[in-house]
Amino acid sequence: MLGQIAYALPFLAQGFAVTLWVSLLVVALSLVAGVMMGVGLVYGPAPLRWVVRIFSDTIRGIPILVLIFFVYYGLPAVGIHLESFWAAVLALTLFKTAQVIEYLRGAVGSIPKGQSEAAMAIGLTFRQRLAYVIFPQAFRRFLPPWINGVTDAVKGSALVSLLGITDLMHAINQVIGRTYEAMPLYILGAVIYFAVNYALSLASRRLERRFSFIRE
Amino acid sequence: MGYALNFNLIWRHFDKLWGGLLLSLELAVISIAIGIVIGLLLAVWYVSAGRVVRSIIAAYVEFIRNVPLILLVYLVFYGLPTVVDIAYSAQTSFVATLSLYSGAYLVEVFRSGLEAVPRGQTDAGKAIGLTPWQRLLHVRLPTMLRITLPALSNTFISLFKDTSVASVISVPELTYGAQWINFNTFRIVEVYLVVTAMYLLTGYALLYALRLVERRFRAAH
Repeated sequence: MLGQIAYALPFLAQGFAVTLWVSLLVVALSLVAGVMMGVGLVYGPAPLRWVVRIFSDTIRGIPILVLIFFVYYGLPAVGIHLESFWAAVLALTLFKTAQVIEYLRGAVGSIPKGQSEAAMAIGLTFRQRLAYVIFPQAFRRFLPPWINGVTDAVKGSALVSLLGITDLMHAINQVIGRTYEAMPLYILGAVIYFAVNYALSLASRRLERRFSFIRE
Repeated sequence: MGYALNFNLIWRHFDKLWGGLLLSLELAVISIAIGIVIGLLLAVWYVSAGRVVRSIIAAYVEFIRNVPLILLVYLVFYGLPTVVDIAYSAQTSFVATLSLYSGAYLVEVFRSGLEAVPRGQTDAGKAIGLTPWQRLLHVRLPTMLRITLPALSNTFISLFKDTSVASVISVPELTYGAQWINFNTFRIVEVYLVVTAMYLLTGYALLYALRLVERRFRAAH
């Protein structure tokens, strides 16, 4: 039994690399998209705010699994052909972007209005206000929940196995298909996911305590 | 483009989606009911327990929260029966998994709720001569429930969405219904549009109803 699992380890490691790669792409892309849309939600004109609000509420209102299937099966029907890997990354990024939008809204919303007004009074442009006044303060409130939310990307990435992408989850199921050692392999997989996500949760909690001095 | 929407086949098989939605709701309701029992028992135990029990409960909570739900679903349905001599249907297996899953999230919710009960209330209970058990039942739990109600609603709604994962072990809930129609009629875009609308409408209707309940409880206080 152990021999078979040891034999499968390199294959599982490859799957784990795919899991990390998917998670990393999703986290990076959603950070960019989410911060931009979040700024649009907080400072944008009314029509833009509505669009972002509807986007965020819709994405957060449906299961990730449905979003993944919708993107994967739906896009080819409207003439967009993506490899399953990129369809999965796109779907997970949409899901994560909605989260980032809400983290950003919360973080920026917690900065007292006087800060913005003071910056305006000394003649800073909109970009300068964000870059020098709002973001440096909002950053400390954004970071802990965002890092904690990275675990959602890692956990969500396990769903890409359903599109036949050989991530850790899929690799485990394939090894089980060959060895019939279901329980040890699922436990091994759980331990690996746990190790990654628990480290992230701990980092998030530590940062939160580190930044707690700005709580009023 | 060149894709013409045609919903006829969706309506013809709508019973698959409607039945699926009802099953999704049923799975979520049963799971949160069991999850509340697990969460309450463990949270009450946690706040009064010693270090060993605390670390065991914390280990359960952290394990569940940091592992993908789909893996837990596979583990309970395909893994567990290979080591212990039990047999259960996919649906029972999923309910067990989702109950343990929601239980872990609710331990955290209830634990922080219990800690948020003002010290003065338990002191007042002590002052009028209530036993510890009476203080828990008549003072701490009612206040804690009021504090945690919003978090409880949110947990329920995310559980409703999580029931979609049951489709991977062929439990015929809403997402499974969508896949069935997808594979049998190829009206891909239509079926996912309808299913998205069904999840959204149900989710927001639940949210609205639960917010009304919360407001009533706050007013009563």
